[in-house]
Amino acid sequence: MNTIWALAGVVIKEMYRRKDFYVLFVLTALITIAAGMVNFFDDPKIVRYVKDICMLLIWISALLIAIVTTARQIPAERESRTIFPLLAKPVTRGQFILGKFFGCWLATGIALLVFYVFFAIITGSREQYWPWLTYLQAIWLQWAMLAVVIALSLCGSIISAAPSSTTTICFIAVAGILLFGGHLNMVALHQSQPLQTIFYTIYFLIPHLEWFDIRDRVIYDWGLVNWLDCVLATLYAAAYTGLFLLLTWLGFRRKSLNT
Amino acid sequence: MSIILKTEKLRVEFTSGELRQTTKVALGSLDLEVNVGEVFGFLGPNGAGKTTAINVLLGFVPPTRGAAYLFGIDVRQPIARQRIGYLPEMTYYYKFLTAEELLRFYARIFGLPRAEADKRIDQLLKLVELEQARKRSIKSYSKGMQQRVGLAQALINNPDLLILDEPTSGLDPLGRMKVREIIQRLKNEGKTVFFSSHELGEVETVCDRVAIINQGELKATGRVSDLVAQHQANLEKAFLDIIGYQTQSAS
Ligand SMILES: Nc1ncnc2c1ncn2[C@@H]1O[C@H](COP(=O)(O)OP(=O)(O)O)[C@@H](O)[C@H]1O
Ligand SMILES: [Mg+2]
Repeated sequence: MNTIWALAGVVIKEMYRRKDFYVLFVLTALITIAAGMVNFFDDPKIVRYVKDICMLLIWISALLIAIVTTARQIPAERESRTIFPLLAKPVTRGQFILGKFFGCWLATGIALLVFYVFFAIITGSREQYWPWLTYLQAIWLQWAMLAVVIALSLCGSIISAAPSSTTTICFIAVAGILLFGGHLNMVALHQSQPLQTIFYTIYFLIPHLEWFDIRDRVIYDWGLVNWLDCVLATLYAAAYTGLFLLLTWLGFRRKSLNT
Repeated sequence: MSIILKTEKLRVEFTSGELRQTTKVALGSLDLEVNVGEVFGFLGPNGAGKTTAINVLLGFVPPTRGAAYLFGIDVRQPIARQRIGYLPEMTYYYKFLTAEELLRFYARIFGLPRAEADKRIDQLLKLVELEQARKRSIKSYSKGMQQRVGLAQALINNPDLLILDEPTSGLDPLGRMKVREIIQRLKNEGKTVFFSSHELGEVETVCDRVAIINQGELKATGRVSDLVAQHQANLEKAFLDIIGYQTQSAS
């Protein structure tokens, strides 16, 4: 366990010593504040609109941070050759993968927390209203969803050595699931065979990341999600995360590591 | 004398290309034995198979045939690596960390308690002369400093056996001398050092025994003085002789 935390610690240090996170945060903050400035007419809907933009930016930024950070971990270890002194120590390949996973997940979690604090301050200062529990649910579900995304990216980085292609493919896959994943069964309904079966199969195989998106509840203040549903969603995310980590380990376990 | 490192008929083939049609034999059938307390030089020209052999010892590359043992344990078992230190060829350590942070990270992997790790890190930074730079991030280090950080990380667990892959390559004469001094000091502490090199000058001064390989085959093994006597020449001449290179003057 100590080994896994040591590995995770390095990933977290890397995140806050690199610039990517700050750039995304400053961009999100600037765009949100700029959107808030448009409030000339004192339109009550404007707050909702600012919330909507800010939430969207938080989702995009968190996905970018998660995927970009994860996809480069293992290729960078191989490129700089640090993987050699590391695996020559009493570190198993399984611990190496878990350490990278927890490092990326915790680092993304810290970033997410910073974004949500900003969101709470901005909207709270407008509305004098802080629905903490809703925020807590939103951040938790989003973080659980990101665990699946991170495990998927790690798996991708084993298959393809170039971080940029891993990043692109994962981002497209995740965005595709978030935008269309929930509608695939409807699409399937209107197709003829064999397309129908293919669409249904995809619908049942993909992790339904869109279930974790409760932005509308935060923006329109629709109240809390049933806590039991939160627990089930968490278990669902854990199952997919475990599956992707297992695949990563299977791919990496016997990999020859020279050059 | 007990044997600490051993390979038996070790063969490594690499297959590459589409449909795996080309096979490259990096190591033919390597037999090596290194005794406890020796400084052992593993010599050969570039591409001879030195790094490949070391990669097998560390479990990075599986042997195609044959076997390798550290402390009598098959290298396929991770436990064989508990008491070793390893310095890879040209490694660029996490450049966003400082030397101190890097060593603390490795110390944690070995489960060293905090106080012991602090003491060890102080000792090592002193040994490799990086005390001044310990709080600077590694990206500002010169090549020689990087190599010395590498040596320090290889020693973090106070290993009994050190495996160094070309520890002096790319260093200036002063840097090379410092690395040699460190190897000498480790030998005096009773440690076994196995290192690869293609620099003959340094080998003569620090090694008890050497093995010379070329194109994946063991060509000679023994004490430096014996090899030199056999070939009635200095080590460099003997080396060229052994790897089958005909010198111009030998007319
Ligand atoms: N992954 C690989 N695929 C194909 N050939 C390889 C691979 N790695 C090393 N080789 C070949 O094996 C031989 C030995 O290489 P290496 O052990 O790195 O030599 P050295 O360390 O002695 O310079 C070389 O001819 C090299 O080209
Ligand atoms: Mg080499």
